[in-house]
Amino acid sequence: MLLVDVIVAILLTSGMFFMFVGAIGLLRLPDFYTRLHATGKCDTLGEGLIIVGLIIYHLFHYPGTPLVTVKLLFLIIFIFIANPTAIHAIVKAAYRRGLKPWKWGEGRR
Amino acid sequence: MNGGEKGFGIIVTFCIMFLFWLILSGFFDAFHLITGGICSAIVTLISHGLLVRGKSQKVLLKSLRLLLYVPWQLWQIVLANVDVAYRVLHPKMPIDPLVIEFETSLRGDFALVTLANSITLTPGTITIFVEPEKGKYWVHALAKEHAHAHLVDKTMQRKVAYVFMEW
Amino acid sequence: MFLVIGLLIVVTILLCLYRAVVGPGVFNRVAAVNVVGTKTVVLLVIMGYIFERPLFFDIPLLYAMLNFIGTLVFAKYLERGELCSW
Repeated sequence: MLLVDVIVAILLTSGMFFMFVGAIGLLRLPDFYTRLHATGKCDTLGEGLIIVGLIIYHLFHYPGTPLVTVKLLFLIIFIFIANPTAIHAIVKAAYRRGLKPWKWGEGRR
Repeated sequence: MNGGEKGFGIIVTFCIMFLFWLILSGFFDAFHLITGGICSAIVTLISHGLLVRGKSQKVLLKSLRLLLYVPWQLWQIVLANVDVAYRVLHPKMPIDPLVIEFETSLRGDFALVTLANSITLTPGTITIFVEPEKGKYWVHALAKEHAHAHLVDKTMQRKVAYVFMEW
Repeated sequence: MFLVIGLLIVVTILLCLYRAVVGPGVFNRVAAVNVVGTKTVVLLVIMGYIFERPLFFDIPLLYAMLNFIGTLVFAKYLERGELCSW
C-alpha cells in the first residue's frame, strides 16, 4: 500500500507543479501568443498527470467499481483532443483580426 | 454516397454509441438497455454522416498505426513541456517568437487535424492556420530550436504521413 | 492530502483571474476564462475524492465538454463578427 501512495503523491505533485507553471506563465509573459503557449500546453499535461494519479489511487482503494476508471480515461482523452483545438481556434481568430506577434526588444503588451 | 455506404456508416455509429452508453452507465437490466438503445438510435439518426464516411480504405490498419504513434507523442510532450517550464521560470526569459510557414504532403481531413493537434500539443509551437488544398501550415514558434525541428528535421510530418499513408 | 491539492488549485485559479480583469483587449480575457474552466474540471474531480463519492464523475466530463464548446463559439464570433450566416 505504501508504494502506491508514494507513486500517487509523486504524480499529483508533478501535476500541480505544471499547473503552477501555467498560471505563472499567464502573468509573466509579455504577449498574447506567448501566454497561450505556456497555459495551453502546461495546463493540459498537468491535468493529465493529476488524473492518471487519481486513476491509480482509485484502482487500489475502491476495488469494487472498476468502470469509473474507464470514465476517467475518457476524460483524459477528451481533454487531450479538445484543449489544443480550443487554443487553436482562439489563436486563429486573433491572427485574422490583425493582432501582431511580439518581437524581441519591444515593450510589454 | 449510395445506400450501401450510408447503411454501413449508420450501423457503425449506432454500435459505437451503444457501447459508449454501456460503459458509462454500468447497469445491465432491461430498462437501462432499452433506454440506451432508443437514445443511441436518436443520436445516430441525427449525426450519422459525421463519424464514418462510407467504407474508407484500410481503417483498421490506420487505427493500429495511430495507437502506436500515441506513446511516442506522449513522451515528446513530457520532454518538451519541461523545456517550456524552464523558459517560463528563468529570470531572463529566453524566448524569441517568430512565425514560420511550411508545406506538407498530407491532404485528408483526419491527417491534417492529427498533425495540427500534435503541433499544438508539443510545446514551442502553435498552429495558426491550415490550408487544406496544399497542406500548408502557419505556425507560431517560441524559439529558434522549436522552429528548426519542424522546418529542417521534419520528424513529426514523416511520422504522421507514415500513419495515414499519404506521403 | 487531497484537501491540500484542492486548495492549491484554488490559488492558481485566483492567479488566473488577474489576467481576466487586466489584460488589454478581449482575446486575453477569453483565453483566461478558458484556462479557468479547465482548472475547474480538475477541481471537480478532486472534490469527488474528498467527499468519497466515486460516482460523481459524470459532472466533470460534462463540464469539460461545455467549456470546450463555449470557447469555440466565442472564437467563431470574434473571427467573423456574426454567429450564423442566414
